[in-house]
Amino acid sequence: MSEVILETKKLVAGFGDLDAVKGIDLRFEKNSVTAIIGPSGCGKSTYIRCLNRLHEEVPGAYSSGEVLLNGENIQGLRVDPVAIRRRIGMVFQKPNPFPSLSIFDNVCVGLKLSGVRKSSVLKEVVETSLRAAALWDEVKDKLDAPGVSLSGGQQQRLCIARTLAVEPTVLLMDEPTSALDPISTAKIEELVTDLKKRVTIVIVTHNMQQAARISDRTAFFLLGDLIEFDDTSRLFTAPKQEQTERYITGRFG
Amino acid sequence: MAMTASDRARKNRALQKFIAKRYQRRKIVNGLAYLAIGIATLTALVPLFSVSEFILRKGLPGLNWDFFTGLPQPVGEPGSGMANSIVGTAILVLLGSLIGLPWGIAIGIYLAEYGRGRAAGIVRFSVDMLSSVPSIIVGLFVYTAIVVPMKQFSAFSGGVALGILMIPTIARSSEELLKLVPQHIREAGLALGLPRWKVVLQIVLRGSMSGIITAVILAIARVAGETAPLLFTAFNNRFWHDGLGQPISSLPVQIYTYAISPYDEWHRQAWAAALVLVVFVFAVNLGARTIFRNKTKGSHV
Ligand SMILES: Nc1ncnc2c1ncn2[C@@H]1O[C@H](COP(=O)(O)OP(=O)(O)OP(=O)(O)O)[C@@H](O)[C@H]1O
Ligand SMILES: [Mg+2]
Repeated sequence: MSEVILETKKLVAGFGDLDAVKGIDLRFEKNSVTAIIGPSGCGKSTYIRCLNRLHEEVPGAYSSGEVLLNGENIQGLRVDPVAIRRRIGMVFQKPNPFPSLSIFDNVCVGLKLSGVRKSSVLKEVVETSLRAAALWDEVKDKLDAPGVSLSGGQQQRLCIARTLAVEPTVLLMDEPTSALDPISTAKIEELVTDLKKRVTIVIVTHNMQQAARISDRTAFFLLGDLIEFDDTSRLFTAPKQEQTERYITGRFG
Repeated sequence: MAMTASDRARKNRALQKFIAKRYQRRKIVNGLAYLAIGIATLTALVPLFSVSEFILRKGLPGLNWDFFTGLPQPVGEPGSGMANSIVGTAILVLLGSLIGLPWGIAIGIYLAEYGRGRAAGIVRFSVDMLSSVPSIIVGLFVYTAIVVPMKQFSAFSGGVALGILMIPTIARSSEELLKLVPQHIREAGLALGLPRWKVVLQIVLRGSMSGIITAVILAIARVAGETAPLLFTAFNNRFWHDGLGQPISSLPVQIYTYAISPYDEWHRQAWAAALVLVVFVFAVNLGARTIFRNKTKGSHV
């Protein structure tokens, strides 16, 4: 087993007095793709948003337990969430480029606002990030156009480029293709497999073929609990839990 | 008992007649409603047009080159004008903006981005209260707070009074505009590892800039015509302005001064000044709304 880069221990999270995540232990290996599947409302988003401490930004949200990044607990008041989010990037379900910014600025805004001013550096980062997100060829002639002028699939790749520009070590993706057409989806799936070389990826998806295609390991959540976590091929062909089997064969309910 | 075909046909015809009658009735009611709305709209427009017409008729004769370039002269002397009041209004409005703008936007940011629970409720309530305080009270407040200790009417105190009057409009409209920016945009910024204040200032606020500028312009147009708060703060001045510590003339106060005088010539100039003020406010309003309409088209998808 290779090196574990991110790990949660007894992670509990919720809103008000609703526990959406009820004590989940999971380990993510370096340069792997882990898929999280489960029915709607089972706490996948809540869980993944705890990993970069975005969960706490929601009014009334709480969490407890441990999230370990390279063995260090990143939960709690003593750790600055801003520093954590630099190392753990996130791509959302709905493409959300910044409406007031150009394509160029959308990609480099993270660096720019952190004080990188040198235009040669910014240009280089924009190009490498857009290339890494497989978008460069489509936008290289219109970098000054608004980010929101792109198609949905291009916008999502722009968001990936924006995240890659700050060089995170972990990339969280919450249903990144659920708002996209099959072709854009295929592009992003290809991208995920490609990006695995540089980052560790955790991807939430409702599409089981997608999970089977691109992930190394898969976790199945149900009602805030982790039901099963295994190599993807094994989880989809020989699930150990009956609930998992019912879900992946579509007989859930 | 089964219905025969002719029975059914008869029933159908009756129904259709009924529907046709109902439709006629509805068309008439609809027409009446339109008429009522039309009359109401016209009645609402009548005061606006008659005021504009009145000011235009009374104001145009007093307008000439001297009006824009000359200083007030004793009655009967030629070359009398209101250049100092026009410049004074510009200075006062600028001062007011320097105070009201950052303050108002800061409150708007607090309410939209940080304020939660009771504290925010109190702030919001206070701002709403402030917006309904009569402007003369604001003038009195500034009089006791600044004019009395300084023992001097001053441009500075007039600017402060106008600034205070601008705060509520700017605060509430920037709050509303910031709230229009969807939450996921903020989350996208936070997820990049940017501190909250940078996300708010550089991404959220920047995205709402055109709207906020519009709100500021409208606030300026509103305070440009304020008279009461200037009466005991900026006061008036027959000469060119002489620094922020001295009284300064403004169009509304000059209109007031001339209007209560017994001289026809001054009355004529007051009307001319009223016309200039109305045209200014009208133009600014129109301009701001056009900018806003064009800028909001298609942004924030
Ligand atoms: N902002 C919120 N405030 C209160 N409750 C919330 C909030 N967001 C989510 N929840 C609740 O937390 C639970 C888990 O939601 P979560 O979004 O994590 O589910 P999910 O697995 O991501 O679902 P989906 O597949 O539909 O995205 C749900 O019961 C949901 O109603
Ligand atoms: Mg979700």
